[in-house]
Amino acid sequence: MMWLLLVVVVIAGLWMVGAYNGLISLKNQTVNAFKQIDVQLKRRHDLIPNLVNAVKGAMNFERATLEAVVQARNQAVKVNASGPEAMKQISQAENALSGALTRLLAVVERYPDLKATGNIGQLQEELTSTENRIAFARQLYNDTATQYNTKQQQFPTTLVTGIANAAPAELWEIEEQAERAVPQVDLSGR
Amino acid sequence: MIGFVLFFAWLGFGGDLIFYLSTARETPWENEHYRHVVPWFGIALTLIGMIVARYAYRTGPQKVLWATGAREVSDPSNDGERQLVNVVEEMAIAAGLPRPRIWIIPDDDPNALATGHDPRDSHVAVTRGLLAVCNRDELQGVIGHELGHIKNLDVRLMTTLAALVGAVALISDGIGRGLGRGRFGRAGGGGGGGRKGGAGAIILVLLVVWLISWMLAPTITQVLAIAVNRGREYLADAMSAQFTRNPLALVSALEKIEGAGAPTTAIKRGTAHLCIVDPLGRRLGRREGWLANRLATHPPISMRIARLKGMGYAQVKKEGGLTV
Repeated sequence: MMWLLLVVVVIAGLWMVGAYNGLISLKNQTVNAFKQIDVQLKRRHDLIPNLVNAVKGAMNFERATLEAVVQARNQAVKVNASGPEAMKQISQAENALSGALTRLLAVVERYPDLKATGNIGQLQEELTSTENRIAFARQLYNDTATQYNTKQQQFPTTLVTGIANAAPAELWEIEEQAERAVPQVDLSGR
Repeated sequence: MIGFVLFFAWLGFGGDLIFYLSTARETPWENEHYRHVVPWFGIALTLIGMIVARYAYRTGPQKVLWATGAREVSDPSNDGERQLVNVVEEMAIAAGLPRPRIWIIPDDDPNALATGHDPRDSHVAVTRGLLAVCNRDELQGVIGHELGHIKNLDVRLMTTLAALVGAVALISDGIGRGLGRGRFGRAGGGGGGGRKGGAGAIILVLLVVWLISWMLAPTITQVLAIAVNRGREYLADAMSAQFTRNPLALVSALEKIEGAGAPTTAIKRGTAHLCIVDPLGRRLGRREGWLANRLATHPPISMRIARLKGMGYAQVKKEGGLTV
């Protein structure tokens, strides 16, 4: 009888170690995935001034669009909050920047002869890629965080959630209703 | 890998055992007769097996890339290459992997392959033809598939297998022919001299099995490569869909790749199972059925497309459900 109890205790102990390590690993993956978003956002901030300079000459007639991009970028760089509100602020500023860039891309689409110039073609590719990178980084973060959250809440693992100091990770989502809407593009010409 | 070394050990020690049995049966008063006690062949072959396996493991990726004549894209020089580099970087982000090294194979047939040891040391190669036919979304799907292989650690297995298939064929052709002839003659003579029929039969059976193993060695490794590959392709397709959230782009890429008729001449048989679609067995790949299913390194493309479309429709349905 005694040894049976011992076996049960040992098995329970081993399982706890496994579950604990699994949670910790997921937690660190989530943190890492979040940092990846930061890396990609930083990359975008660094890229925009160069891009805008490169196309300034060719796009003289679309000053306003370019200025909106630069402004949104500067706004996003300025956000340096920390704490629970940080994520909301960052995502707001970055979403505004994404919106400005989408409008810039739409404008480029509007002038086919503009696309023919090498600079603009590259600009388009770089912008698409930059937006994709950020989107994919967020996707990875959300996937990892969801996995982490699910693990914490599922039955046997939920017993060690407290010991592993695991708390549900917040998902990255679009905050404002306006951002959710498809950006309106006026294609009627000038 | 371990199986490979064990297989070599069997080839060697099995030969020793036969040789030992056949010489041990010799009458003891023939003192001058050689008695095979120390399993030299086994030790030697096991060592060779381990060295070959190690060598294949270490140099596999370079060999595969060298065999296809790929050239690395370190400094993208035109729009197509720039887009490729961007797409690979995006997919690496989506997969949460470090960026693999990027290669272009000078072949006009669309195809792609991944190789490497682990995610830190991996390579993705695409043919020039793929860059020409695929648009950005399709390219993303294909690269996502390859990164799926890298993330699943398929590349390590498949690349090692590719190198081993080559090595085994070589060794079994070389050593097998030389040793087999010499030892078969001697062992046969010893068996004939044995007086006990039972022992002779055991020796004979062992000998036959052993010889068959030798003859089958190349085939066995090939079959292994095929068996390992099934299912992994489906999994990599599914992972591509997970990364891009756009399974239908991979569908149209697969359709385009299948539509291109010419075989990928730059890719030899040994590396066929590394590619996104079988560069050689297109005719097999199109048909479904028992035989085709077992002989092709890849599942039929129509099956893969059907599964991907299933994912695509499920996604559309889900998204539609959300907005209502």
